[in-house]
Amino acid sequence: MSNTIIWTIVILTVLGLLLSLVLFWVARKFRVEEDPRIDEIEKTLPGANCGGCGFAGCRAFADSAVKAGNLDANYCPVGGNEVMKQVAAILGCEIKEAAPLVAVVRCNGSCANRPRTNEYDGARSCKVKAALYGGDTGCLYGCLGCGDCVAACQFGALSMDPATGLPVVDESKCTACGKCVAACPKRVIELRKKGPRGMRVYVSCINKEKGPAARKACSAACIGCGLCAKTCQHDAITVTDNVAYIDFEKCKLCRECEAVCPTGAIHGVGFPKELDKEAVKKRIAERKEVKNG
Amino acid sequence: MAKLTFSIGGIHPADSKIARERKIEVLPLPDRVYVSMFQHLGAMAKPVVAVGDTVKAGQIIAEPGGFISAYIHSPVSGTVRSIGPRKDLAGFMQMHIEIEVQGDEWAEGIDLTPELVTSIPEDRDFILDRIKMNGVVGLGGATFPTHVKLNPPPGKVAECLILNGAECEPFLTSDFRILLERTDEIVVGAAIMQKVLGGCPCVIGIEENKPEAIAAVRASVARLAYPGIRVEVLKKRYPQGGEKQLIDAVMHRQVKSGGLPIDVGAVVQNVATSLAVYEAVQKNKPLVTNVLTVTGDVLPAEKQHNYLFRIGVPLSFIAQYAGGVPEGAVKMVSGGPMMGKAIANLDATTVKGSSSILYLGKGTVRKAEGPCIRCGRCADACPMGLEPFLLKSLYKAGDLAALEENAAQDCIECGCCQYSCPSYIPLLDNIRMAKGQVMGVIRARNAKK
Repeated sequence: MSNTIIWTIVILTVLGLLLSLVLFWVARKFRVEEDPRIDEIEKTLPGANCGGCGFAGCRAFADSAVKAGNLDANYCPVGGNEVMKQVAAILGCEIKEAAPLVAVVRCNGSCANRPRTNEYDGARSCKVKAALYGGDTGCLYGCLGCGDCVAACQFGALSMDPATGLPVVDESKCTACGKCVAACPKRVIELRKKGPRGMRVYVSCINKEKGPAARKACSAACIGCGLCAKTCQHDAITVTDNVAYIDFEKCKLCRECEAVCPTGAIHGVGFPKELDKEAVKKRIAERKEVKNG
Repeated sequence: MAKLTFSIGGIHPADSKIARERKIEVLPLPDRVYVSMFQHLGAMAKPVVAVGDTVKAGQIIAEPGGFISAYIHSPVSGTVRSIGPRKDLAGFMQMHIEIEVQGDEWAEGIDLTPELVTSIPEDRDFILDRIKMNGVVGLGGATFPTHVKLNPPPGKVAECLILNGAECEPFLTSDFRILLERTDEIVVGAAIMQKVLGGCPCVIGIEENKPEAIAAVRASVARLAYPGIRVEVLKKRYPQGGEKQLIDAVMHRQVKSGGLPIDVGAVVQNVATSLAVYEAVQKNKPLVTNVLTVTGDVLPAEKQHNYLFRIGVPLSFIAQYAGGVPEGAVKMVSGGPMMGKAIANLDATTVKGSSSILYLGKGTVRKAEGPCIRCGRCADACPMGLEPFLLKSLYKAGDLAALEENAAQDCIECGCCQYSCPSYIPLLDNIRMAKGQVMGVIRARNAKK
């Protein structure tokens, strides 16, 4: 009996040693030489594997960066400039610094602004809802409110506001990976520049219908009146398909458009002071007078 | 005689055909009609009239936008007021032609007399041309252009024409009413289609819950004495009127995955299509009218109606004429309760395939989704032999290859799975999305070949 046990131990030990030698030899013989910088870069990256950079994950990002030898096609939106500087140091190359972006929900269609015209009781998925019909309000373009973006966010930066029925972005958590942009069947969410100290101005509506129809569907819709574009001194606003769009590269954050917008579709966020609409309007009127002589 | 039915799956919803005794009434004309350019399967029709043109009823106002497409005719006489996008039933923007109604004058060459014309034209091409030029599409729900379906590709032979009078959807009674009131025309229409298909036999299938219709059609078939037409009684079972289910019931043949009915020698047409074919060929009358049921579980029986409507009439006009939206209605559906589409916009207008305005009460609101308890009822109910619970999970996981392997593309969207689920899981909602994605993959692959 005890013999059997001893023999078992001996045989298994010898077998283990022999096989480990084989494995050692195989590992040596067929070793894949990998640039150690790939591992280094991967360690530097946030490791979220979110795909926000356009690669399948952080490893793929590191791999392609090392292969290319530069960072022209690689930018990690999650890590931002800080992480990219470290990556650049490992590779010994320059980076193009990019202004940090943030997800912006371009819809004003809260329950108060946009009355529900019917009730949806199908599967709780924006994708399903968008395929079935135009949505439970009169607006064909706005947020459907089933929270596909919330489900898509890996960083917990999105949540549905039960009062408005719209998603809310937590700026401190948003990494601008773009998952929510892809998940939204209506393309309501856009990645915009975070702006200096988080200040930015944007049109919170993408309704392409003509003014009266848009207004009927939602009291805070962009009606494409073009007042903002006329007022803007920096040529930052264009109106196409009855909806205004502010180019964040050109916007100087003067907030004049926000003051003149008749429906309140333009939002300014992150500003320390609340906008004094009357004062801004007065300023615009004075400027016009000077211009007209 | 034995009642026919399909071999697997199916459910038995209450038939609720409350409006069955209501005779077809002619709906008056509204002030304006809005004719959709997208009321058939396939490519959108292209308008051939301009704003300001005067049109007569029955005049062509749009031509086909492709091979699978159809002519559209003006349903009224009047003046074209605008051509542009307008919200359809589901709230999506669709091209519409707006016509202001002035009088009711019909275009020349259209026979509006009620006399039955029983002699069938000899020339097959003449018949097909009439069907095409009069814009006939399948009225069973899919609105597939009839002239395409009646012209099988070379090498395919039609062995049996099946006329679908099952009307297996609860509540709907429009097919039942035309089977009773336009019996002879439907039988002549069937004989015309038989002729086009090369004289194959024709089976008119009617569900057992319509004994009056069965008797009427049998009498008419005997009286008109066209060769090779017979009536078969079908079991009351949903989805008996599904194309593939009907072929299974009548011919005991199964259409294989990805195949068409003509592959097994079958051509299925709805009885309403047969009536449209009759009018198109014998009377040269374009498809601008159809019968629709105003019904629902919250609508008192005396307010339920079957109307002969013109296409392009706003649904709100019909609802008003029928006595307004009833109290307690929480859902409005166009089509039956199983496969119909929710009416998200009552300003939408009727199209060739409109079959009902259905008002449903609180009891039909879906309950909150629960977890799958693995009971397998959805798999039992699926008439296509699919496993809905599996397809739903695969869709959630985004596994397109596995979805194709498990035949998500074969789903006929009948809704049996969702109806039978004790946990109220929106199975069909998910499978429909999966089907769309798989079909996209298959189309892309075929295009590459």
